Amino acid sequence: MSDPQFPLRLAEDGVMVRFSKVTKRYGDLTVLDNLDLDVTANEMVSIIGPSGSGKTTVLRMLMTLERIDEGVIYVDGDPLSHMERDGALEPASEKYLRSHRSKIGMVFQQFNLFPHMTALENCIEAPITVLRLDRAEAEQRALDLLGMVGLLDKKDEHPSRLSGGQQQRVAIARALAMRPKVMLLDEVTSALDPEVIGEVLNVIRALNSEHNLTMLMVTHQMGFAREISDRVCFFYEGRIAEQGPPEQIFGEPQNGRTRQFLSAVLDAT
Amino acid sequence: MEWRWDFTFEILPRMLWATLNTLLAAGVGYAIALVIGLVFLLGQRTPYSVLNRAVRECVEFIRSTPLLVQLFFVYFVGPQFGIELSAWVAAMITIGLHYGTYLSEVYRGGLEAVPRGQWEACRALNMSTARTYSRIVIPQALPASLPGMGNYLVGIFKDTPMLSTIGVAELMHTANALGAETYRYLEPYSMVGFLFLIISIPTAAWLRRFEAWVSRSLGIVERRH
Repeated sequence: MSDPQFPLRLAEDGVMVRFSKVTKRYGDLTVLDNLDLDVTANEMVSIIGPSGSGKTTVLRMLMTLERIDEGVIYVDGDPLSHMERDGALEPASEKYLRSHRSKIGMVFQQFNLFPHMTALENCIEAPITVLRLDRAEAEQRALDLLGMVGLLDKKDEHPSRLSGGQQQRVAIARALAMRPKVMLLDEVTSALDPEVIGEVLNVIRALNSEHNLTMLMVTHQMGFAREISDRVCFFYEGRIAEQGPPEQIFGEPQNGRTRQFLSAVLDAT
Repeated sequence: MEWRWDFTFEILPRMLWATLNTLLAAGVGYAIALVIGLVFLLGQRTPYSVLNRAVRECVEFIRSTPLLVQLFFVYFVGPQFGIELSAWVAAMITIGLHYGTYLSEVYRGGLEAVPRGQWEACRALNMSTARTYSRIVIPQALPASLPGMGNYLVGIFKDTPMLSTIGVAELMHTANALGAETYRYLEPYSMVGFLFLIISIPTAAWLRRFEAWVSRSLGIVERRH
């Protein structure tokens, strides 16, 4: 029987991502505790919080890099972590994940570019082998995106010849080449030298204003989160301790933990 | 006892012929070991825990016993269980299994040298497991594995004299036979050593060049400053 708490398909329109009572544990440690989170289509949500609060885990589970222990994740109306079988939900098979994961793209803290491929080859690999685009079309798409991130002149360089900021911009182009509906940004500036952070943030600004993308961003750049987000979620010990528009979270935080965290972070900068 | 050049030249054709057998044994044995190593590797990476465990135990067992014992076991004990193999076949199976276990470890090391982030990037790009291996993981694991793979090629080559004990007509076996026929041991055994030397040294040099060439052609740019 289908559990009314976890419908086979979401009834509401406009919810792009839903975490419904999601729990994730590593052994005895509960990383996410009964998380409920809805993200609307085209919304930009920033996730902030101290390390170990589960913020990166949210993205990793949504990208299906990790399985959840309880609850259901929905994307674009359909369950992602689970699939329907005989009218009930059961944990998704690898095959089901492959057919539904394509709605989501992710950019990593450590870029994770393929070191043996040029910037262009990085951007056409998956479009050709996964989306089955022909080479010319994939290249055109990749060149457009490399142009958007300002790296057209570096298209034939290997990652080892690019700066961290350039590598991260290639990684953004590579993720966009798959035309995801949801884009996950996992501390994308944390591994960068301070002087190149700006170039990556500019690309994200452009993404946010020019593309129809739902974005979830884990970040330590409080100023940027405040400027760009529609909503900010403050995570503490596997739960959302406080969420709201950036003016509220950064201007007049209600929760003591939020105030404590923000004053510690803002003092440090 | 003095070195006799006339004797040296007299036995040279037989020694060279035996060298070909040595090279053949090392080459075929290595090829089999490369494949068996892959089988062991895949066995250890399957999600089926029973198979997984069986392969691990098997690998551990083979690695913990000497090649010579295994050789004798396959060749002399096998027939008592109705498995009669020619010396060549027994030798190739034994070398393949023995070095296959070592090569599976080399492969594993190469795979583990590929950062986890590469796998995650492939998953985030929704690439299939087969594509992930063939396009991303193996091109990065191979250059890391090649030095170890090359070492075992030379290792197998240098272990081929053991095959003389079960009668494979390689260099050592031929030198033994010549010694028994002529009672002269200086020249045959010296020539065995010399022939191994002049094959091993260039092979090692050639392997290093091959490694560099593979890295280049796979696009793994070596950063040298």
